[in-house]
Amino acid sequence: MQLQCPMPQLDFEIITLGHGSGGLLTHKLLESGVFSLFSNPLLDTHHDGAVFEVNGRMAFSTDSFVIAPIFFPGGNIGELAVNGTVNDLAMCGAAAKYMSLGFIIEEGLAMQEFWDILVSIKFAAEKAGIQIVTGDTKVVERGKGDKIFINTSGVGVVHPRSNIAMKNVKTGDKIIISGQVATHGIAIMSVREGLEFETTIESDTTNLNHDIIQLLNEFGENIHLLRDPTRGGVASVLNEIAKDARLGIDIYQKMIPVTEEVNGACELLGLDPLYVANEGIFIAIVDAAIADDFVKTLQTLQNGTHAAIIGEAVDAHARQVVLTSAIGGRRVVNMLVGEQLPRIC
Amino acid sequence: MKYLSEYRDPELVEQYVTELHKTVTRPWTIMEVCGGQTHSLVKNGILNMLPEAVQMVHGPGCPVCVTPLHLIDKAVYLAEKKGVILCSFGDMLRVPGSKRSLLEAKANGADVRILYSPLEAVKLAQAHPDREIVFFAVGFETTAPANALSVLHAHRLGLKNYSILASHVLVPPAIEAVINDKEAKIEGFLAAGHVCTIMGIDEYYPIADKYDVPVVVTGFEPVDLLQGILMTVRQLEQGKHFLDNQYSRVVKPEGNPEARRVIEQVFKVTDREWRGIGMIPMSGYEVRKEFADYDANVKFNVHIEKVAENIECIAGQVLKGIKKPHECPQFGKKCTPQTPLGAPMVSSEGACAAYYHFAKAMEEEIIF
Repeated sequence: MQLQCPMPQLDFEIITLGHGSGGLLTHKLLESGVFSLFSNPLLDTHHDGAVFEVNGRMAFSTDSFVIAPIFFPGGNIGELAVNGTVNDLAMCGAAAKYMSLGFIIEEGLAMQEFWDILVSIKFAAEKAGIQIVTGDTKVVERGKGDKIFINTSGVGVVHPRSNIAMKNVKTGDKIIISGQVATHGIAIMSVREGLEFETTIESDTTNLNHDIIQLLNEFGENIHLLRDPTRGGVASVLNEIAKDARLGIDIYQKMIPVTEEVNGACELLGLDPLYVANEGIFIAIVDAAIADDFVKTLQTLQNGTHAAIIGEAVDAHARQVVLTSAIGGRRVVNMLVGEQLPRIC
Repeated sequence: MKYLSEYRDPELVEQYVTELHKTVTRPWTIMEVCGGQTHSLVKNGILNMLPEAVQMVHGPGCPVCVTPLHLIDKAVYLAEKKGVILCSFGDMLRVPGSKRSLLEAKANGADVRILYSPLEAVKLAQAHPDREIVFFAVGFETTAPANALSVLHAHRLGLKNYSILASHVLVPPAIEAVINDKEAKIEGFLAAGHVCTIMGIDEYYPIADKYDVPVVVTGFEPVDLLQGILMTVRQLEQGKHFLDNQYSRVVKPEGNPEARRVIEQVFKVTDREWRGIGMIPMSGYEVRKEFADYDANVKFNVHIEKVAENIECIAGQVLKGIKKPHECPQFGKKCTPQTPLGAPMVSSEGACAAYYHFAKAMEEEIIF
């Protein structure tokens, strides 16, 4: 998403410690356009917190964003923060309503970069239908941060028919993935120092809440669990589910959607796409009876074109994820140990 | 993916598996020398497709596993030295040194960077003239040309702040060491395809002849591995032993002369200690005197005391194929990929890490 809001005229080009002091410079920074960019009735009160009514079941989630580089092919840390928050709520079966936005900025960050991040936050929030209602800005000395860190919390209203819980996962349930795996992780890796390689792979970071709400409208309590396989990738999420639900999970390599380019990059780097981080996709564990219809509906939605059933929950090999490889061999897929490190050869 | 998918064709795989079942009449023990092959056997679930009579033993071809402890300590020492940026391939970072791993040193503030190519390290040296860039040059003959090239490149650029900590190891002496070990009983070898891509296949004729063992240069994809295993089993069943090349689409008999020339220019063959195995004569590369300015061993002249390996770790026996990883009393107990006692539990190419996944599944009675 490219920004359409020009930066206001300012008498500073970089952010300094003073901008986090709470004094005049902080005021200048916020009044420079931050407030007007995110304007909504709750934020416009400029109070210490937002005050609002709640009714019924709510979901509440927090996340921090420390990605490097802060600008990457297909996005930046700002929209990642909004989408991450919105998607965590969506995985709880909730429609995102309000979020907080906390910045920890390393002094020396260019105001233009900060502005670009703010603008993409604005657009991402509008697209997801979430309002930024409270925030905070701190500036730390050079070397004490990595350009910018963002912390968010979000609240959302849980869908009336949502009954998403680990205890609902049962033998026979189908495991569905909403899109192609490993795209985000490989996009980030392609621009990391030392790993640079030529590619057109872009991060698929996006908000999934609209799709999730539609699916809940149609399939309600037949959706047993939703998870977004961000860090640790698909393998780690499935392992968590197998362990917590005390079931075995069977998956089939040839059913797992991966783009040719991402697959090629993984081959080259010696990485397993199942362990690479994702953004714009989710895993759904659904009742077998509705699985095919679920995939059909998902495929008609904005982010579900490549949706597929990739496996099922089984009684055998409890607490383990077993993959049937493309050639028909079987192996255990374990939880990611530490960081996935590229192999020597 | 062109040149990959053809070698992952389920139908072809099935044909080879069927043929293998038909061919084998008695138990055979075959070693795949290269860690990349071990990785592929496990990743693709091939081990559970083989006839029970065919036992695969995972060889010492895992550079992460055989890099000696004191060299890891040296890398950690250099990484922690003021002004140094230590660059390394990714999977060296988690290998435990006697005190800590490079990953832990990094967490403590050392500037350790993961690179894919030593030429990137040369770029870093250009970009940071005030820092010393050290590249931890591990690997078999496969990674040697690029590492050698980085030295030549730095030399051409006149860089004074680039050096490599070389710990190169060579495959043929390791195969001989395994054969000569009285406890090891390997009847056939899959030689490492990519090593031969560089070095050619001539070095392996004498091994097949002298020791009466089939040696089959083999690739890494499922079809490659199954074909290589079948070619080896056929020789064994017929009482033959010669050098064969399964991976001829990549491996030319003469190897890659240009790459060999670069290696020859920068490195010379030397005795080398292998972690878990011990000293093997003429089994590694060191930087030639002409390029001593680029040899971190010379440049920093560090003496690191040798420290005894953890006595609970039986890595040496595993690397020589005398014991299977799960026969180690600490396997999966004290020693796991999160808490490795020895290097083969670290890298995904290490036999213990590979078996960790495999044996855990067996406990749950999945028939592999």
